Amino acid sequence: MTALPPPSAKKLGLVIDLDTCVGCQACVTACKGWNDQGYGAPLSDMDAYGSEPCGTFLNRVHSYEVTPDDGPAQIINFPRSCLHCEDAPCVTVCPTGASYKRAEDGIVLVNEDACIGCGLCAWACPYGAREMDAAAGVMKKCTLCVDRIYNENLPEEDRQPACVRTCPTGARHFGDLGDPESAVSRLVADRGGYALMPEMGTRPVNRYLPPRPKDARREASVLAPLLDLQATGFAGWLDRLLERF
Amino acid sequence: MHPAPSVIIFTVLSGVGFGFLGALDLGLMPVQGGAALVAFGLAYLLAVAGLVASTFHLGNPQRALRAFTQWRTSWLSREGWASVAALAASAPVALAAAFRPGMMLAGHLPGLIAAAFCVLTILCTSMIYAQLRTVPRWHHWTTPVLFLAFAAAGGAILALPGPVAAAACLVSGGAMLLAFALGDGRFARQGQSPAAATGLGPRVRPFAPPHTSPNYVMREMIHHVGRKHARRLRLIALGLGAGLPALLMLVLPAGLLASALALIPHLAGALAQRWLFFAEAEHVVGHYYGRAADAARGTA
Ligand code: SF4
Ligand code: SF4
Ligand code: SF4
Repeated sequence: MTALPPPSAKKLGLVIDLDTCVGCQACVTACKGWNDQGYGAPLSDMDAYGSEPCGTFLNRVHSYEVTPDDGPAQIINFPRSCLHCEDAPCVTVCPTGASYKRAEDGIVLVNEDACIGCGLCAWACPYGAREMDAAAGVMKKCTLCVDRIYNENLPEEDRQPACVRTCPTGARHFGDLGDPESAVSRLVADRGGYALMPEMGTRPVNRYLPPRPKDARREASVLAPLLDLQATGFAGWLDRLLERF
Repeated sequence: MHPAPSVIIFTVLSGVGFGFLGALDLGLMPVQGGAALVAFGLAYLLAVAGLVASTFHLGNPQRALRAFTQWRTSWLSREGWASVAALAASAPVALAAAFRPGMMLAGHLPGLIAAAFCVLTILCTSMIYAQLRTVPRWHHWTTPVLFLAFAAAGGAILALPGPVAAAACLVSGGAMLLAFALGDGRFARQGQSPAAATGLGPRVRPFAPPHTSPNYVMREMIHHVGRKHARRLRLIALGLGAGLPALLMLVLPAGLLASALALIPHLAGALAQRWLFFAEAEHVVGHYYGRAADAARGTA
């Protein structure tokens, strides 16, 4: 059903730390690797070895240049995937009921067997989080790795989204943002986590942690005192001698 | 937004088709017998051709029937129901006009109901676009006005006497002018920006793209149309869609020839208008790609 369920107490989602993300694209690769073989149609690539390679991905990492008021420009890497919105417009526009939001944990999913590939849900998403698979003709989106997080066949430490599990800098966190005491909720509270484009009325569950303020650049070199050294003894004599020429 | 030919053809043909069908349902065109069959046949042909074209852009059209299930929430689903209801409710009206001309009176209840479903179909089509907050140019009352005005003009050219049809054409021209004037700049006024999209403050700009060639999101939702190009197409849409057919309907003697001669430029103008409707509409996701600013400036 594409009517949204009543708000769930449990709101599973991601918290992405823009301070520690180094833009290595490991989460992009891990996401594609995992979601290529289990849940629904594989994520196809078109013209993979040609001049215009193009493929379906559920997670994309942008890099932005941000210039603070004082100090030099910084590069901020910015992963972008489905935010599992509470008022998900992608769900209510769907004519077939393929797009739905789970009542029990708030995960937004696509039932690919019902999807006609009209693309309307991708138009309704402000965040560009949905991509139509060119081979299967069905809509693909982040599943929050629903086939990992509850999967008892996996060792406990692997019951996390593939992108979270793989991130080498720990920039991605997974948890229940509906529980104010959860580790992710406390992280969001401590670091001032924010939602993307809140004015669009989608009420995203995922949060982004802003980059921490950087130290001010030192004006003088730490080696400055050494530059003033006066040579003495033999070196001093040599120094004075050489200055004559 | 990407101006996909199948969707442009769908909205133009089904708009004229349901406009004409509605006019016939209301008994605005005094046809009976064989002429009624031909007239209703043409209206059905246009409407159904439009609906068939709309399935061409589906990834899995064989499941299209599933689109009837979510009428409670989805305008696309409602459009499906409304179009089927309009086609079904018009059938007895068509049969009565053809075989029992005496029964067909203007303002006849079955005709009124069928015509109401035709209007509802156009309204649902327009709401598919108007509901999207992500596309500020569409998210406005001018979108249903534009679609309804075009359907009325197309229907009037085919069904109504010259002066009335000319007036309907001019109304569609006015709707276009209104949509252009009120739509320009709404994307910028709506207040989204790369800063709001990323939360990274006012001085943020793309450094490295997330992928090396365009993906589905970029191809579907980020489209550029040059300002000069757009201005020329607007003039074409206004001139061919509204001005020329209005003139032809006024000066030509009423009849099949006038309707046919006026319909051709009107459809060409409607195609130009619909192409612009998509191509000029900016989607907020462009802010992530740093492309929205270019689109708003109209450079390409
Ligand atoms: S981020 Fe987009 S796809 Fe995901 S729930 Fe929100 S609107 Fe839907
Ligand atoms: S593409 Fe599929 S999931 Fe998206 S709105 Fe259409 S039918 Fe629903
Ligand atoms: S949660 Fe899973 S599906 Fe979603 S972005 Fe991460 S790896 Fe991809």
